[in-house]
Amino acid sequence: MKISVQWLREWVEVGNDVEVLSHALTMAGLEIEGNQPAAPMLSGVVVAEVLSIQRHPDAEKLNVCSVNSGKEVVQIVCGAPNVRAGMKAALATIGATLPDGKEITKAKLRGIESFGMLCSARELGLSDESSGLIELPAELVTGTNVREALSLDDRILEINLTPNRGDCMSVAGVAREVAAVTNSPLHAPQFAPVSKESDTTFPVRVEAVSACPQFVGRVIRGVRANQASPLWMRERLRRAGIRSINLLVDVTNYIVLELGQPMHAYDLSKLSGAIVVRTARHGETLTLLDGRTINLADDILVIADDKTVLGMAGVMGGEASGISDATTDIFLEAAHFAPDAIAGRGRRFGLITDASQRFERGVDPALPGVAIERATKLIIEYAGGVPGPSSAVGGAVVAAKSISLRYGRVNKVLGVAISPTVIDEYLRKLGMVVQTTGSLAQVTAPSWRFDIKIEEDLIEEVARLHGYNVIPAIDANIAQQLGRVPEDVVRRERAADVLIDRGYQEAITYSFVDPHWQAIMFPTASPKTLLNPISAELGSMRVSLWPGLARAASENLRRQQSRVRLFETGKKFIGDVEVDVIAGLICGSAEPEQWALPSRKVDFFDVKADVEAVLALSGDANNFSFHVGDLSALHPGQAAQIFRKSEQGMSAIGWIGAVHPEVAKKMDLTYPVYVFELEAKSSLAARVPQFEDISRYPAIRRDLAVIVDEGVQFDQLAAAVRTSAGQLLKGVWVLSVYRGEQLDKGKKSIALGLNLQDTSRTLTDQDADQVITQVIQYLRTDLGGIIRDK
Amino acid sequence: MSDLVQDLEPLLENARQEIANTLSLSDLDAIRVRLLGKSGEVTARLKTLGSLDPEARRSAGAKINVVKDGLQTALELRKAILEAEQLAQKLASDSVDVTLPGRGQGSGGIHPVNRARRRIETIFHAAGFDIAEGPEIEDDWHNFEALNIPANHPARAMHDTFYFPDGKLLRTHTSPMQVRIMETQAPPIRVIVPGRVYRCDSDMTHTPMFHQVEGLVVDEGISFANLKAMLLGFMRSFFETDVSIRLRPSYFPFTEPSAELDVSCAACAGKGCRVCKNTGWLEVGGCGVIHPNVLRAVNIDSEKYTGYAFGMGIDRMAMLRYNVNDLRMFFENDLRFLRQFA
Repeated sequence: MKISVQWLREWVEVGNDVEVLSHALTMAGLEIEGNQPAAPMLSGVVVAEVLSIQRHPDAEKLNVCSVNSGKEVVQIVCGAPNVRAGMKAALATIGATLPDGKEITKAKLRGIESFGMLCSARELGLSDESSGLIELPAELVTGTNVREALSLDDRILEINLTPNRGDCMSVAGVAREVAAVTNSPLHAPQFAPVSKESDTTFPVRVEAVSACPQFVGRVIRGVRANQASPLWMRERLRRAGIRSINLLVDVTNYIVLELGQPMHAYDLSKLSGAIVVRTARHGETLTLLDGRTINLADDILVIADDKTVLGMAGVMGGEASGISDATTDIFLEAAHFAPDAIAGRGRRFGLITDASQRFERGVDPALPGVAIERATKLIIEYAGGVPGPSSAVGGAVVAAKSISLRYGRVNKVLGVAISPTVIDEYLRKLGMVVQTTGSLAQVTAPSWRFDIKIEEDLIEEVARLHGYNVIPAIDANIAQQLGRVPEDVVRRERAADVLIDRGYQEAITYSFVDPHWQAIMFPTASPKTLLNPISAELGSMRVSLWPGLARAASENLRRQQSRVRLFETGKKFIGDVEVDVIAGLICGSAEPEQWALPSRKVDFFDVKADVEAVLALSGDANNFSFHVGDLSALHPGQAAQIFRKSEQGMSAIGWIGAVHPEVAKKMDLTYPVYVFELEAKSSLAARVPQFEDISRYPAIRRDLAVIVDEGVQFDQLAAAVRTSAGQLLKGVWVLSVYRGEQLDKGKKSIALGLNLQDTSRTLTDQDADQVITQVIQYLRTDLGGIIRDK
Repeated sequence: MSDLVQDLEPLLENARQEIANTLSLSDLDAIRVRLLGKSGEVTARLKTLGSLDPEARRSAGAKINVVKDGLQTALELRKAILEAEQLAQKLASDSVDVTLPGRGQGSGGIHPVNRARRRIETIFHAAGFDIAEGPEIEDDWHNFEALNIPANHPARAMHDTFYFPDGKLLRTHTSPMQVRIMETQAPPIRVIVPGRVYRCDSDMTHTPMFHQVEGLVVDEGISFANLKAMLLGFMRSFFETDVSIRLRPSYFPFTEPSAELDVSCAACAGKGCRVCKNTGWLEVGGCGVIHPNVLRAVNIDSEKYTGYAFGMGIDRMAMLRYNVNDLRMFFENDLRFLRQFA
């Protein structure tokens, strides 16, 4: 909200330093986001009187004027259509600088010399548009600098108000706050009621009494609706960011700014029967002042007459009953609407108006009566008219209830001792009535502080006036509590560190993704979709972290990063379930390009090693297994689903594989690309280690090369070895996998290393031979394996 | 007998000379064999001692043994020298360029937002806070109603909420976890809740997803002054310098008194610079004393217990700590950016 410091000065004493005022208000909760000068750079422009005009001999649209600048009478050539003898106008004298940077010099227009320029409001930077010269009030003294004459040396405060301070959405409200926080006297102007000059009234019927406790109306006949507003009013509106329309509209806007009471003016001739305040009926529509027609719902409060809906109460009036230049008789409305009856209604139609913003936060219920008098006075002063009596339906809302405040509670909540006397003083500064009995105060807030409802509201006010920064910082006295630290779970950070140590860079991608992009990888998934995404490209919740990582990877590839290793931890959204996962993506060379290793592209077993390193954190590596899996995003021959065996049985915990070449192509990724995704909770559940005896006896190592069919997996082979070798087998691992000339097609040779050991004695060669014989036999019968001769 | 001891001295002298001139261990060994081997010159003389009478044998034996010892010593000395030379040569040929880079996988790095988040967690954990996380898809009750923000409340307009067709929403702040924690836990409570939050807002200084950390303390006798002390302590710990904090009255429906939290600009020590737009202060979050309505909504006796809550932007803290000047970079995942925070 914009507030002119000059206008504020009419209501309260304000020091000269705007920065000091800004700081004081900011530290009291009215955040001043900045302050701007009321008028741009402007010098050498004076109030001048046009003495006479003559048509330019050689130009139809130009006039040659004789103008009194206060110092001298000069000749000015002027093209404005509204120039006339006797008017007061703004004259840019020779040497003047205008806001657009233009410097005024002596000029010749079609052969006639001009010693300066008569200015429009736009040329002075006082309006975005204007037709013709700005007409200055006749009472201004010729020769006065316009900066002074129009009080342009003003600052505009930009206030960022919190939603609870609807009472400060006016000059009056900010002035009250300034008075309270800077200890300055408030001198609010007093507005005397306007006596009726006729008995004309218009009937008002309030059906929705709780939504509209008070409705004050008044008929004024014989107004000049198309009357322009006085310059001072236009200036104040401009400084608040409001465009001048005509006097009637300007006055209602002015009252909002000055007092905070939204008003509305109806063309009396367009009303039929009576004004009715009620909720909308099913099927009713309304054409707004902005020309749009909206469908009303039955929770919307409207102002209607006997025939039709006239406007959305407290939000915006309708087109049909609005003021036009032909209007002569008006009906003025100053009503109080309950916040609940207005809040959110305008926003449903994209309407945020000066009125709705105020009513949904709350407006001082005592204002309608005051505002209607103030408005009437301004209207008849500047647009004439015969006022009828002001008539109120309903009364000013009952005085706020009294709130109990325990002085002890203030100190308890704030943690600082403030004496009852000081507390009382703070509250009284804010217009509250305080009655003290011992350790208790009974406080009644003024009508405009409708936000004050409970004891804590009062405590906050005390803190505000005391100054948040005066309250000391005191360490809380909290007893030590040592909770149980779970050891059966690996911290997610630990898993992240493993990946980081293995060359991965951590990424953070959005939880919502482009549905089309995601569908490249997961064409059959049905992701949760946002109703109001920021853009269509961020419309679906991710069902996997892969689409986001793939996007990040493809963008990095485009930035000439040929080697990408990214991981992310976060949630994926499967239906209504949020699943914490750890996911990664690698592409490019297996290691950074270097002298010490041959360059090679990443393959399945690079990413698998990374996954195994993470899973090993659980201390339960043996219970994870990789099974051939089928996922549309992955290469059919290089994809595995990962399982974990536990007491509850086997559960799937993730996927690993090469991104399908077609998918990679559509995603602008350089094939091959490998990805993995692990469910965090089930992957990181950990075994708390339990010590086992270490054998004191030597182990025997035996190697075995087995020729098997291509289809036999290492896991099958290892399982067969474990089954057949018995207790003495301590470990089995792969030494090599060979395919080639020496073998039949469709066969491969796998060389295994076996470690044999007993816990109670030294093994003999015969013991080892016996085990190996068992193993060889078993492999032959179980898997058709043939031992390869060395 | 005279044969046996004849020319012993020249033999020793010549052999010594020869040994000293030997350049290889194999040559040296050949000399040893020639002189002291089974059929070596000196060995041969000793073998024939038996033919002498005892006295002559003793005398000649002593003389020959002196020569033998002398030869052995010379051989050993020379051997040691040659071995040392050989080792030195071998080591010299094994030397490497110690400036060549090491072999294998380099290490990656943590995302700067998580780097800041871990730092925040470490600090609060050390102060006895638990760390909790919560759902990102929330219901209206936890995100708004229970936090004293009823439907149509103007404060909702500030939240720019993302909605789902079923009425659920993406949490707009981490504050719903205040409610979830207090619903299930009795005071004393000390917890922080870091996590992702979402608002339908995107421009130079806003991203539709960002990170907050919520703090919650509920116990008997907790005051606004305690909140100030915790925030001040945290900021000084986080920035590792004696920053100041400033609380400005503000409005959050779920705290009262409520405050905006400013920290003095660490970049210019509060003097005013580009980072703080010459104000000397940076807004990093909001805080306040928990509103009694919130305590009531979770059945905590607001007369007996008081508490405070705060919420900070983790991304904002990361920007300040690591001098990042554009929030949006955090979510672009440009490797050239990310690698700077390893």
